[in-house]
Amino acid sequence: MATMTLLQAINDGLRLEMGRDDRVVVLGEDVGLNGGVFRATQGLFEEFGGDRVMDTPLAESGIIGTAIGMALYGLVPVPEIQFSDFIYPAFDQIVSEAAKMRYRSGGEFTVPMTIRTPIGGGIRGGHYHSQSPEAYFAHTPGLKVVVPSTPEDAKGLLLASIRDPDPVLFMEPKAIYRNTKGEVPEGDFTVPLGKARIVREGTDATLVAWGAMVPVAEKAAEACAGDGVSVEVLDVRSIIPLDEETILESVKKTGRAVVVYEAPKSCGFGAEISAVIAEKAIEYLEGPIARVAGFDTPFPYTLEHMYLPDDGRVRQAIKDLMEF
Amino acid sequence: MRDDSTAGPPRQAASPGRPKKKESGNSSRGRAGGSKSSGKKSSGRSSKNGARRGASANRRSSGSVSKNGKGATSRSKSAGAAAPKAKEADADPQRFRPVQVLGEDGHLVSDATLEETPAMLLDLYRGMVKIRVLDGRMLNLQRQGRIGFYGQSTGQEAAIVGSAAAATKEDWIVPALREMGVAVYRGYPLNLLVTQLAGKAGEVSQGRQMPCHFSWRAGKFVSMSSVIGTQIPHAAGMARGMQIRGEQSAVLGFLGDGATSSSDFHCGLNFAGVWRSPVVFLCQNNQWAISVPFDKQTASDSIAVKADAYGMPGVRVDGNDVLAVYRETHKALGRARSGGGPTLIEALTYRRTGHSSSDDPTRYRSDEEVATWEKRDPVERLRRFLEFEGVLTKGQHDEMEEEMHREISEATQAVEKLEDPAAESLFEDVFADVTAQLEDQRSGYLHYRNSKPS
Repeated sequence: MATMTLLQAINDGLRLEMGRDDRVVVLGEDVGLNGGVFRATQGLFEEFGGDRVMDTPLAESGIIGTAIGMALYGLVPVPEIQFSDFIYPAFDQIVSEAAKMRYRSGGEFTVPMTIRTPIGGGIRGGHYHSQSPEAYFAHTPGLKVVVPSTPEDAKGLLLASIRDPDPVLFMEPKAIYRNTKGEVPEGDFTVPLGKARIVREGTDATLVAWGAMVPVAEKAAEACAGDGVSVEVLDVRSIIPLDEETILESVKKTGRAVVVYEAPKSCGFGAEISAVIAEKAIEYLEGPIARVAGFDTPFPYTLEHMYLPDDGRVRQAIKDLMEF
Repeated sequence: MRDDSTAGPPRQAASPGRPKKKESGNSSRGRAGGSKSSGKKSSGRSSKNGARRGASANRRSSGSVSKNGKGATSRSKSAGAAAPKAKEADADPQRFRPVQVLGEDGHLVSDATLEETPAMLLDLYRGMVKIRVLDGRMLNLQRQGRIGFYGQSTGQEAAIVGSAAAATKEDWIVPALREMGVAVYRGYPLNLLVTQLAGKAGEVSQGRQMPCHFSWRAGKFVSMSSVIGTQIPHAAGMARGMQIRGEQSAVLGFLGDGATSSSDFHCGLNFAGVWRSPVVFLCQNNQWAISVPFDKQTASDSIAVKADAYGMPGVRVDGNDVLAVYRETHKALGRARSGGGPTLIEALTYRRTGHSSSDDPTRYRSDEEVATWEKRDPVERLRRFLEFEGVLTKGQHDEMEEEMHREISEATQAVEKLEDPAAESLFEDVFADVTAQLEDQRSGYLHYRNSKPS
């Protein structure tokens, strides 16, 4: 075990996999000599050279489009989109090409590619360095969407994603890149995609969160414990495929569900989780499913602390639910 | 498909920037057609990329494809208030004259010599006729309602077969939309082709895609998308993969004139140019993107000139001249394989039919224009040449066509017996494994289907 930040764990995972499998290549803007603007790819260029770690021209559609070509050819590309706010030029390549390739060719052609991209606010990045666009991608059959929230999961899920035979969008919560430290196993291990993690057990209510909202949910749960309410916290980890079983089991036990996410509330992925709970566990519920989310506005700069769900808003939602 | 062992022009690419001296005496010389031209080329640009770019200049044409490839007739029924054309971007007006080997009259142009063996010529001809015959038969099937949709390639056979023939088995093909004939030339089985068109079980896509969206891994022919231009970066990335792996193969990536307006055209060519990856971009400029003519697609005088911006050679060929397309693609692929980087080839041709079986081209273009291009028919042109050379007799041609009709009939009859894809197949191949959600939806649907009253 070693103590690492989430960012160091990602860097460690990339280095390990590139050393283990020479088909793995990294490409993107500033990922080479500069080591990425967040330093996620630091040292890889020096270790693996310019054919394995490629600084590309500044075009997201080109980064993903050429990575798809590499994957079709037999490589295992790990392209980086510098901020997920800049991923939209590549939306077509991801949705129309990468995600549909296996289906449309009956498995003849596949795209085993892992797109790494930082998501979320909390760094005073305004509209274009703060968004959480996971729901757009979760709506695309053929694409997996993964969001870690701890250093151990970051490494284990990244290794599982790179080895996955299908395209994975690996979204890294940048707000907790450096301020989350934890024990990370050294060497090779994976955390399976499609499995949620029970962060904290409880009996009165279930908080479902992912990414940078997991520590917020934990903090709220701690506060609720002080209020005499026992809250279970789940880290979804894998948006697609979603581990419905763990969520439903928890909600059936507690009878209350609050989903916490950073993205705009309407049509965010929390809406899907709410629907799953309503469809499959409504008879167990003691009150309405609640969502604590970002507002349906573009992501703000100065007032981002207002926009982002915090432990106070989550605690209030649980309080309201307990009093329902 | 060319194999390295088969006869044909020498493998090594002509050094860029210098016209290759043609060997004579390989076969009988053709008569020069059309007016004389000097045959001198101009290149030797002084820029740092001059050596690479020089390849864009080529032997001058003595044929009558005009600079913009349109011929004399008006292009569009509605002339509109088209903006005046930008000035010729290059000081050398000869630079993007289309390369021609076979003139429209079916004779070699003045400075061309025959380099291909009779077997090779017949092979090209067979490939072209096969597309023509398939087009007719498949459109009939569509009109009879036996297949839902079809996109013809009539008029573009030379661009398709000439380029396909220049690729080796090891080269990868990244098709756009109108390259079914490339797969057929590489040996795509007709029964699979017809099964795909009919959307039946027994072919990899299992009715998941519209007709004419083929995928054929065994032929290194990448699955086709309907989205315009997305395949261009794939070709660049695939070629970059070859480079990383040190492979001695190349990618032949296709696009149409409409795709040159897409952002992926810029991305794909820019990335390939920076990486100098082994890819040849072959643009079939068939003058029309559904109803939008070439001059509304770009203010450039040619597509080939766009290569300048990406630091790669741009070549313009008469796309209805199979020998010109073959030779230029062959040269560019050879250059790519030997580390010389990418090339953009613009094959000037014409979409003689509608965009697809759903399109009515009389809504937006004149009969005169179509008639002009019918006179430039690529199949007829090669046929005349082969007959003149004594390589093909009418009997042989008829026999060839008959055999194709037989083959197609067999494939078509066989497909009538095929079934629709199984209901389960709808839920497969989304991911390598079926997710819990999909399993839920699959079993829910099957339960509904099995329990509903008939």
